[in-house]
Amino acid sequence: MPDHESRPIVALAEAKKHFGPVRALDGVTLSVAPGDCIGLVGHNGAGKSTLVNLINGGLAPSGGTIRFDQGDDALTAGVRSVFQELSLCPNLSVAENLRISHSSLPRIGWRKPARAEMLASLDAIFPGHGIDVAGDVEIERLTIAERQMVEIAIGFAPRGSEARLVILDEPTSSLDAGIADQLLAHVKRFCAAGGAVIFISHMLGEVFEVASRIVVLKDGRIVAERATQDFTRQGLIDAMGHMTSDDASVETARQFGAEVLRTPEGLSARQGEIVGLAGLAGHGQAAALARFYLAKTSTWRASRTSDAVFVAGDRARDGVLPLWSILRNISIASLKLGARAGLVDRSAENEMAEGWKTRIGIRTDDLTRPILSLSGGNQQKALFARALANPAPIVVMDDPMRGVDVGTKQDVYAMIRAEAARGRTFLWYSTETEEVCQCDRVFVFRNGEISAELTGTEITEENILAASFEMQEAS
Amino acid sequence: MILLRKPWIWSWAAAALTFALTIALTSGRGGSELAYAALSFGAFAAIVGLGQMLVITLGPGNVDLSIPATMTLSATLALKVMASEPGTAFLGLVIALAVGFGAGLANFALIFLLRLPPIIATLAASLIYQSLAIWSNRGLRIKPPEPLADFATGRFLGLPNVAWVGLTLAVAVWIILERSVWGRWLLATGQNMRAARLAGVPVERVRATTYVTVATFAGLAGYLLASFSGGAALNMGAEYLLMSIAVVVIGGSSIAGGDSNVPGVWGAALFMFLVVSMLNSYGAGAGVRNVLTGTIVIAIVIAASTRRLRP
Repeated sequence: MPDHESRPIVALAEAKKHFGPVRALDGVTLSVAPGDCIGLVGHNGAGKSTLVNLINGGLAPSGGTIRFDQGDDALTAGVRSVFQELSLCPNLSVAENLRISHSSLPRIGWRKPARAEMLASLDAIFPGHGIDVAGDVEIERLTIAERQMVEIAIGFAPRGSEARLVILDEPTSSLDAGIADQLLAHVKRFCAAGGAVIFISHMLGEVFEVASRIVVLKDGRIVAERATQDFTRQGLIDAMGHMTSDDASVETARQFGAEVLRTPEGLSARQGEIVGLAGLAGHGQAAALARFYLAKTSTWRASRTSDAVFVAGDRARDGVLPLWSILRNISIASLKLGARAGLVDRSAENEMAEGWKTRIGIRTDDLTRPILSLSGGNQQKALFARALANPAPIVVMDDPMRGVDVGTKQDVYAMIRAEAARGRTFLWYSTETEEVCQCDRVFVFRNGEISAELTGTEITEENILAASFEMQEAS
Repeated sequence: MILLRKPWIWSWAAAALTFALTIALTSGRGGSELAYAALSFGAFAAIVGLGQMLVITLGPGNVDLSIPATMTLSATLALKVMASEPGTAFLGLVIALAVGFGAGLANFALIFLLRLPPIIATLAASLIYQSLAIWSNRGLRIKPPEPLADFATGRFLGLPNVAWVGLTLAVAVWIILERSVWGRWLLATGQNMRAARLAGVPVERVRATTYVTVATFAGLAGYLLASFSGGAALNMGAEYLLMSIAVVVIGGSSIAGGDSNVPGVWGAALFMFLVVSMLNSYGAGAGVRNVLTGTIVIAIVIAASTRRLRP
């Protein structure tokens, strides 16, 4: 802690939060002082989001205390949150979204100062962001990365007072490496100037780079809290309590089957191949995947077996059916398989979902609970189970690891490789280089077109970045 | 109590309460006659309500406003073809269902091909159906064939025949929604059409089937109502526009889609009849009756929806 004398902005003492029998947070003591940058890590369902919601006032604690140095609530203390699930209003413009949380703007003629404040904040954090603030485009017309940037910029914007503690919950999950670096640099500047940040991320590299102190949550309790330099990467993973699978070893050259798909953009894949789509976020990868998937499936016909299945990354928009149980969310893509005379075979449905729950490790004891009772990462696992349970030969994945923890990622990588070895083809768009490096072949996108095709040992971060940026450097 | 958490319990409780209040006035006499009348008249509301429920389940913006006109048109054409001749009842039924089926296809064609919002498409189409009904028999009232009229007003095992039809349909719809693949598809589409599409649900087929089903139900209801009331009238469907929506909402189905409630539709259909007869027997005038009906409906909807917010 660089500033020992200053009072903590927020101090939690034995804070608890129980949802019925579930102890989401089971006595957490933590204080955040000006200048702190706390890296908060833990597996899906460890209680990270609950902790955030206790600090920002979104949830009331079931026990313990939460004190602020200024005022009685998070708002007057200058606590701001940037959520993992994007929380902007999609039908409003960038400046209008700022207006919602900025009550001290004038009642009349607020648009101009709102635009100026947004632009200043975006420029400070993401120089060269290219988001059209003055044009008042609606949020829904921005890419998911741009939306995330706007959300972060609103978090740091002064909004009439001053941001003193900014909580970033998985802020880089849909940002590419370049933009993420800009954010990390800004976080460092912000903390050096006396601000505080709670940085939640599954990207341990980022946590090590930015945090001054790392707090490890497990099953609703803090199991380790030390200065960053006292942790090693392996030590941190051990503290989180998950074994890393060492068999993620170098692969022997695998044999692929015949070419099973080719799109107008030039994307192609052979049977059993894992094909990655890389490049900066919003350069046409997601659109290419959606076009391919929608062309492969019909809005009218549904045969017993499908040609392709889809794993959504934007859970709320493309994946989760919010009124349903986990069970029904998993089975929806495979109902036709066991159906007799148009009726669902419910015992087969149960068996299938239970099987996938164990295989992919969904943290629940009852699959009939609502899907929304799961944490974000566990919802994502359910979406994986939905897709993989259907034996379709092609699996399309649109940045599917958002909010998934390190240990689960390893499990999912292994599962994807196993399924590929059995002859399924994967199309995998990701903003994380680590994930792209799991692929057999990678297409790098730039401005909606394929700018490079990399195979085998050519798949490195340098090559991907080079192919992503080439044009910008030349122009 | 698990029963209290079911959103449909409120429409049944309301129906039971209004029933009790009404027969309390006559100190218990006339109870079975009142129940019989409620089942008879409620059956028509239940049949169109079940169809409307399926459409509303499709999600925000989905509603069929052409139900009254479809009822009128199919009843008019069916009675015209039957021409009061005995032995034509089955032919008339086929005509009525075919007219409903055709109206449903036309509605969905407008929605799908012209990308019209369902409210506009079905409202515009209903003007055409109503005009066709006027044009086809110039408002002449043709009596239903004698055996058919007897069936529509008759009873079996103490229950009105029309109620048996409505109950059978309700059971069928319940099985489809709860047990069939198509029902799952419908519920998924209503929650998030994009997510359903990406999960492999053939969403346009689901939508088309739903719009055809509601119109076919309307055709059936028109056929039965005309046979029940001694002939088709041009305004016979009028009260079923709001009725079909009201029974869905009171019955505990979510107006936001994706969550439907079959038992609630029947409970609400009975309630809607019973509340009017209750106010009648307490001597309320037409104006007071409407105000009270509206207030009671609002209260039921609030009761059903606040219950659901609790985990």
